[in-house]
Amino acid sequence: MSRPEQLAPPEVFYNDTESFKYTSSTRVQHIQAKMTLRALELLNLESDTPHFILDLGCGSGLSGEILTEEGYNWVGMDISPNMLATGLDREVEGDLFLSDLGNGVPFRAGTFDAAISISAIQWLCNADSSNVDPKKRLLTFFNTLYASLKRGGKFVAQFYPMNDAQTESILDAAKVAGFGGGLIIDDPESKRHKKFYLVLTAGQSERTI
Amino acid sequence: MKFLTTNFVKCAVKSCNASTESFPLKYTECELAQEEQEYNPEFLCHMLERLDWDAVVKVAKDLGNDQLPPNKPTELDPIMEDDQLILKDLHALLIETQILEGKMTCNNCGHIYYIKNSVPNFLLPPHLC
Ligand SMILES: [Zn+2]
Repeated sequence: MSRPEQLAPPEVFYNDTESFKYTSSTRVQHIQAKMTLRALELLNLESDTPHFILDLGCGSGLSGEILTEEGYNWVGMDISPNMLATGLDREVEGDLFLSDLGNGVPFRAGTFDAAISISAIQWLCNADSSNVDPKKRLLTFFNTLYASLKRGGKFVAQFYPMNDAQTESILDAAKVAGFGGGLIIDDPESKRHKKFYLVLTAGQSERTI
Repeated sequence: MKFLTTNFVKCAVKSCNASTESFPLKYTECELAQEEQEYNPEFLCHMLERLDWDAVVKVAKDLGNDQLPPNKPTELDPIMEDDQLILKDLHALLIETQILEGKMTCNNCGHIYYIKNSVPNFLLPPHLC
Protein backbone atom coordinates (compact mmCIF):
# COMPACT_ATOMS: atom_id res chain seq x y z
CA MET A 1 0.00 0.00 0.00
CA SER A 2 1.43 3.38 -0.88
CA ARG A 3 0.84 6.21 1.53
CA PRO A 4 0.13 9.71 0.19
CA GLU A 5 2.98 11.31 2.13
CA GLN A 6 5.45 8.94 0.45
CA LEU A 7 4.34 9.93 -3.03
CA ALA A 8 4.71 13.69 -2.76
CA PRO A 9 4.49 16.59 -0.28
CA PRO A 10 0.91 17.36 0.86
CA GLU A 11 0.53 20.54 -1.18
CA VAL A 12 1.34 18.49 -4.29
CA PHE A 13 -0.65 15.44 -3.34
CA TYR A 14 -3.83 17.30 -2.48
CA ASN A 15 -4.10 19.03 -5.83
CA ASP A 16 -7.46 20.04 -7.21
CA THR A 17 -8.60 16.60 -8.29
CA GLU A 18 -7.28 14.87 -5.18
CA SER A 19 -8.78 17.40 -2.77
CA PHE A 20 -12.14 17.14 -4.50
CA LYS A 21 -12.00 13.35 -4.43
CA TYR A 22 -10.90 13.40 -0.82
CA THR A 23 -13.55 15.82 0.38
CA SER A 24 -16.45 14.33 -1.52
CA SER A 25 -15.82 10.71 -0.63
CA THR A 26 -18.50 9.79 1.89
CA ARG A 27 -16.27 7.12 3.38
CA VAL A 28 -13.53 9.66 4.05
CA GLN A 29 -16.10 12.09 5.46
CA HIS A 30 -17.45 9.45 7.78
CA ILE A 31 -14.00 8.44 9.06
CA GLN A 32 -12.89 12.07 9.46
CA ALA A 33 -16.07 12.89 11.39
CA LYS A 34 -15.63 9.91 13.68
CA MET A 35 -12.01 10.78 14.40
CA THR A 36 -12.85 14.44 15.02
CA LEU A 37 -15.54 13.47 17.53
CA ARG A 38 -13.12 11.10 19.21
CA ALA A 39 -10.49 13.88 19.36
CA LEU A 40 -13.07 16.17 21.00
CA GLU A 41 -13.92 13.45 23.47
CA LEU A 42 -10.24 13.17 24.38
CA LEU A 43 -9.96 16.96 24.70
CA ASN A 44 -12.71 16.75 27.30
CA LEU A 45 -13.48 20.50 27.29
CA GLU A 46 -15.76 22.09 29.86
CA SER A 47 -19.19 22.28 28.27
CA ASP A 48 -20.35 25.45 30.02
CA THR A 49 -17.76 27.87 28.61
CA PRO A 50 -16.91 28.92 25.03
CA HIS A 51 -13.68 27.71 23.43
CA PHE A 52 -11.41 29.04 20.71
CA ILE A 53 -9.82 26.12 18.89
CA LEU A 54 -6.97 25.72 16.41
CA ASP A 55 -7.39 23.01 13.76
CA LEU A 56 -3.98 22.00 12.39
CA GLY A 57 -4.04 20.57 8.90
CA CYS A 58 -7.71 21.53 8.62
CA GLY A 59 -7.92 20.57 4.92
CA SER A 60 -11.27 21.49 3.42
CA GLY A 61 -12.85 21.94 6.85
CA LEU A 62 -14.47 18.54 7.43
CA SER A 63 -13.29 18.60 11.05
CA GLY A 64 -14.05 22.32 11.29
CA GLU A 65 -17.68 21.76 10.41
CA ILE A 66 -17.95 19.42 13.35
CA LEU A 67 -16.28 22.00 15.61
CA THR A 68 -18.92 24.49 14.45
CA GLU A 69 -21.74 22.00 15.06
CA GLU A 70 -20.41 21.44 18.56
CA GLY A 71 -20.51 25.19 19.20
CA TYR A 72 -16.79 25.96 18.99
CA ASN A 73 -15.12 28.86 17.22
CA TRP A 74 -12.01 27.87 15.33
CA VAL A 75 -9.11 28.82 13.09
CA GLY A 76 -7.73 26.30 10.62
CA MET A 77 -4.30 25.97 9.01
CA ASP A 78 -3.39 23.93 5.96
CA ILE A 79 -0.62 23.77 3.39
CA SER A 80 -2.87 22.86 0.46
CA PRO A 81 -4.42 25.84 -1.36
CA ASN A 82 -6.82 23.50 -3.12
CA MET A 83 -8.09 22.00 0.11
CA LEU A 84 -8.61 25.50 1.51
CA ALA A 85 -10.38 26.59 -1.68
CA THR A 86 -12.76 23.64 -1.26
CA GLY A 87 -13.30 24.82 2.33
CA LEU A 88 -14.15 28.33 1.12
CA ASP A 89 -16.61 26.88 -1.39
CA ARG A 90 -18.28 24.99 1.43
CA GLU A 91 -18.46 28.24 3.42
CA VAL A 92 -16.92 26.94 6.62
CA GLU A 93 -17.20 29.24 9.66
CA GLY A 94 -13.55 29.27 10.77
CA ASP A 95 -10.78 31.47 9.39
CA LEU A 96 -8.47 29.55 7.08
CA PHE A 97 -4.70 30.05 6.92
CA LEU A 98 -2.42 28.85 4.17
CA SER A 99 0.69 27.73 5.98
CA ASP A 100 3.22 25.00 6.59
CA LEU A 101 2.93 23.51 10.09
CA GLY A 102 6.66 22.79 10.02
CA ASN A 103 7.33 26.54 9.97
CA GLY A 104 5.39 27.00 13.17
CA VAL A 105 2.08 28.30 14.41
CA PRO A 106 2.04 32.12 13.97
CA PHE A 107 -0.17 33.14 16.89
CA ARG A 108 0.69 35.06 20.02
CA ALA A 109 0.98 33.45 23.42
CA GLY A 110 -2.19 32.02 24.93
CA THR A 111 -4.40 32.57 21.88
CA PHE A 112 -6.19 29.20 21.86
CA ASP A 113 -8.05 27.19 24.49
CA ALA A 114 -7.22 23.95 22.70
CA ALA A 115 -6.00 22.48 19.42
CA ILE A 116 -6.82 19.44 17.33
CA SER A 117 -5.32 17.80 14.28
CA ILE A 118 -6.81 15.01 12.18
CA SER A 119 -4.59 12.92 9.88
CA ALA A 120 -1.94 15.60 9.40
CA ILE A 121 1.09 15.61 11.67
CA GLN A 122 2.72 12.52 10.12
CA TRP A 123 3.49 14.81 7.17
CA LEU A 124 5.89 16.71 9.44
CA CYS A 125 8.19 13.70 9.54
CA ASN A 126 8.83 13.89 5.79
CA ALA A 127 11.97 15.16 4.20
CA ASP A 128 10.93 16.10 0.67
CA SER A 129 14.21 17.79 -0.17
CA SER A 130 17.72 17.67 1.22
CA ASN A 131 17.44 21.02 3.01
CA VAL A 132 14.44 19.86 5.05
CA ASP A 133 15.16 18.64 8.55
CA PRO A 134 12.12 16.81 9.96
CA LYS A 135 13.45 17.02 13.51
CA LYS A 136 13.76 20.77 13.32
CA ARG A 137 10.30 21.10 11.76
CA LEU A 138 8.69 18.95 14.46
CA LEU A 139 10.32 21.00 17.18
CA THR A 140 9.36 24.33 15.62
CA PHE A 141 5.81 23.04 15.30
CA PHE A 142 5.51 21.87 18.92
CA ASN A 143 7.34 24.88 20.40
CA THR A 144 5.13 27.44 18.68
CA LEU A 145 1.97 25.39 19.29
CA TYR A 146 2.82 25.21 22.98
CA ALA A 147 3.16 28.99 23.13
CA SER A 148 -0.09 29.63 21.27
CA LEU A 149 -2.12 27.54 23.74
CA LYS A 150 -3.30 28.89 27.06
CA ARG A 151 -1.61 27.27 30.07
CA GLY A 152 -3.20 23.90 30.61
CA GLY A 153 -4.62 23.92 27.07
CA LYS A 154 -4.81 20.52 25.40
CA PHE A 155 -3.81 19.28 21.97
CA VAL A 156 -5.25 16.08 20.56
CA ALA A 157 -3.93 14.79 17.25
CA GLN A 158 -5.02 11.70 15.36
CA PHE A 159 -2.20 10.67 13.04
CA TYR A 160 -0.94 7.81 10.90
CA PRO A 161 2.62 6.97 11.94
CA MET A 162 4.62 5.10 9.32
CA ASN A 163 6.57 3.20 12.00
CA ASP A 164 7.47 3.23 15.69
CA ALA A 165 10.47 5.49 15.09
CA GLN A 166 8.15 8.16 13.71
CA THR A 167 5.87 7.95 16.72
CA GLU A 168 8.93 8.23 18.97
CA SER A 169 10.27 11.32 17.22
CA ILE A 170 6.84 13.00 17.47
CA LEU A 171 6.55 12.19 21.18
CA ASP A 172 10.14 13.34 21.79
CA ALA A 173 9.62 16.70 20.10
CA ALA A 174 6.39 17.27 22.05
CA LYS A 175 8.15 16.52 25.30
CA VAL A 176 11.10 18.81 24.51
CA ALA A 177 8.60 21.62 23.79
CA GLY A 178 7.16 21.15 27.29
CA PHE A 179 4.02 19.16 26.62
CA GLY A 180 2.90 16.49 29.04
CA GLY A 181 0.81 13.49 28.04
CA GLY A 182 1.24 10.63 25.62
CA LEU A 183 -0.29 8.26 23.15
CA ILE A 184 -3.70 6.60 23.11
CA ILE A 185 -4.26 3.75 20.66
CA ASP A 186 -7.85 2.84 19.77
CA ASP A 187 -8.54 -0.68 18.48
CA PRO A 188 -4.89 -1.71 18.91
CA GLU A 189 -5.63 -5.30 17.85
CA SER A 190 -7.16 -4.35 14.52
CA LYS A 191 -4.75 -3.66 11.68
CA ARG A 192 -7.49 -1.87 9.74
CA HIS A 193 -9.13 0.16 12.48
CA LYS A 194 -6.17 0.87 14.74
CA LYS A 195 -5.99 4.63 15.38
CA PHE A 196 -3.27 6.69 17.04
CA TYR A 197 -4.11 9.75 19.11
CA LEU A 198 -1.57 12.06 20.66
CA VAL A 199 -3.09 13.57 23.81
CA LEU A 200 -1.01 16.44 25.18
CA THR A 201 -1.32 19.23 27.73
CA ALA A 202 0.59 22.52 27.55
CA GLY A 203 1.83 22.94 31.11
CA GLN A 204 -0.21 22.76 34.27
CA SER A 205 -3.95 23.20 34.00
CA GLU A 206 -5.75 25.55 36.36
CA ARG A 207 -8.62 23.14 36.12
CA THR A 208 -8.62 20.04 38.25
CA ILE A 209 -9.71 16.95 36.41
CA MET B 1 -10.24 36.55 7.81
CA LYS B 2 -12.19 37.99 10.69
CA PHE B 3 -11.01 41.19 12.40
CA LEU B 4 -10.79 39.14 15.61
CA THR B 5 -7.96 37.06 14.14
CA THR B 6 -5.79 40.16 13.59
CA ASN B 7 -5.56 40.33 17.37
CA PHE B 8 -3.77 37.00 17.55
CA VAL B 9 -1.76 36.45 14.38
CA LYS B 10 1.86 37.54 14.36
CA CYS B 11 4.88 37.29 12.09
CA ALA B 12 5.92 33.66 11.47
CA VAL B 13 9.60 34.41 10.84
CA LYS B 14 11.62 32.74 13.58
CA SER B 15 13.90 35.70 14.29
CA CYS B 16 10.78 37.83 14.95
CA ASN B 17 9.57 35.50 17.69
CA ALA B 18 11.15 37.45 20.52
CA SER B 19 10.37 40.88 19.07
CA THR B 20 7.48 42.94 20.41
CA GLU B 21 7.29 44.58 16.95
CA SER B 22 6.06 41.41 15.23
CA PHE B 23 2.53 41.94 16.63
CA PRO B 24 0.17 43.32 15.53
CA LEU B 25 0.96 43.21 11.84
CA LYS B 26 0.38 46.38 9.81
CA TYR B 27 -2.66 46.19 7.54
CA THR B 28 -2.65 48.01 4.21
CA GLU B 29 -4.58 47.99 0.93
CA CYS B 30 -7.34 45.97 2.56
CA GLU B 31 -10.69 45.21 1.06
CA LEU B 32 -13.31 44.68 3.76
CA ALA B 33 -16.79 43.18 3.91
CA GLN B 34 -19.44 42.99 6.62
CA GLU B 35 -20.76 39.45 6.79
CA GLU B 36 -23.65 38.56 9.01
CA GLN B 37 -22.64 36.08 11.70
CA GLU B 38 -24.46 34.48 14.59
CA TYR B 39 -24.33 36.73 17.69
CA ASN B 40 -22.59 34.89 20.50
CA PRO B 41 -22.13 37.22 23.51
CA GLU B 42 -20.63 34.48 25.69
CA PHE B 43 -17.87 33.87 23.16
CA LEU B 44 -17.23 37.63 22.86
CA CYS B 45 -16.87 37.99 26.64
CA HIS B 46 -14.59 34.95 26.67
CA MET B 47 -12.33 36.45 23.98
CA LEU B 48 -12.47 39.98 25.39
CA GLU B 49 -10.34 38.86 28.33
CA ARG B 50 -7.46 37.89 26.07
CA LEU B 51 -7.79 40.74 23.57
CA ASP B 52 -4.88 43.14 23.29
CA TRP B 53 -6.94 46.33 23.10
CA ASP B 54 -4.08 48.55 21.92
CA ALA B 55 -3.71 46.18 18.97
CA VAL B 56 -7.47 46.32 18.31
CA VAL B 57 -7.30 50.12 18.17
CA LYS B 58 -4.16 50.07 16.01
CA VAL B 59 -5.53 47.62 13.44
CA ALA B 60 -8.93 49.36 13.34
CA LYS B 61 -7.03 52.55 12.50
CA ASP B 62 -5.09 50.74 9.74
CA LEU B 63 -8.47 49.73 8.34
CA GLY B 64 -9.91 53.24 8.50
CA ASN B 65 -11.78 53.25 11.81
CA ASP B 66 -10.36 55.69 14.38
CA GLN B 67 -13.52 55.85 16.50
CA LEU B 68 -12.71 53.11 18.99
CA PRO B 69 -12.49 53.94 22.70
CA PRO B 70 -8.86 53.98 23.97
CA ASN B 71 -9.63 51.54 26.79
CA LYS B 72 -10.91 47.99 26.65
CA PRO B 73 -14.52 47.60 27.75
CA THR B 74 -14.44 45.34 30.78
CA GLU B 75 -16.78 43.24 32.87
CA LEU B 76 -19.50 43.19 30.28
CA ASP B 77 -22.62 41.26 31.19
CA PRO B 78 -24.74 39.99 28.28
CA ILE B 79 -27.84 40.46 30.44
CA MET B 80 -27.37 44.22 30.98
CA GLU B 81 -28.91 46.36 28.27
CA ASP B 82 -26.09 48.93 28.15
CA ASP B 83 -23.52 46.18 27.93
CA GLN B 84 -25.49 44.55 25.15
CA LEU B 85 -25.05 47.63 22.98
CA ILE B 86 -21.29 47.44 23.44
CA LEU B 87 -21.28 43.70 22.78
CA LYS B 88 -23.28 44.18 19.57
CA ASP B 89 -20.71 46.76 18.43
CA LEU B 90 -17.88 44.39 19.30
CA HIS B 91 -19.65 41.62 17.40
CA ALA B 92 -19.95 43.82 14.29
CA LEU B 93 -16.28 44.80 14.54
CA LEU B 94 -14.57 41.59 15.63
CA ILE B 95 -16.71 38.84 14.14
CA GLU B 96 -18.58 40.35 11.19
CA THR B 97 -15.78 42.46 9.72
CA GLN B 98 -13.93 40.32 7.20
CA ILE B 99 -10.69 41.19 5.45
CA LEU B 100 -11.10 39.77 1.96
CA GLU B 101 -7.92 41.06 0.35
CA GLY B 102 -4.93 42.96 1.63
CA LYS B 103 -1.40 43.05 2.90
CA MET B 104 -0.07 42.40 6.39
CA THR B 105 3.43 43.67 7.07
CA CYS B 106 5.67 42.77 9.99
CA ASN B 107 6.95 45.90 11.72
CA ASN B 108 10.10 44.05 12.74
CA CYS B 109 11.40 42.29 9.61
CA GLY B 110 9.23 43.95 6.96
CA HIS B 111 7.96 40.66 5.53
CA ILE B 112 4.64 41.06 3.72
CA TYR B 113 1.89 38.46 4.07
CA TYR B 114 -0.89 38.62 1.50
CA ILE B 115 -4.56 37.96 2.12
CA LYS B 116 -6.34 36.58 -0.93
CA ASN B 117 -9.92 35.38 -1.00
CA SER B 118 -9.94 36.04 2.76
CA VAL B 119 -7.16 33.46 3.27
CA PRO B 120 -3.85 34.82 4.64
CA ASN B 121 -0.80 33.23 3.08
CA PHE B 122 1.78 32.35 5.74
CA LEU B 123 3.97 30.14 3.58
CA LEU B 124 7.53 31.37 4.03
CA PRO B 125 10.30 31.41 1.44
CA PRO B 126 13.06 28.89 2.41
CA HIS B 127 15.53 31.57 3.57
CA LEU B 128 13.05 32.77 6.24
CA CYS B 129 12.18 29.32 7.65
ZN1 LIG C 1 8.78 39.55 11.05
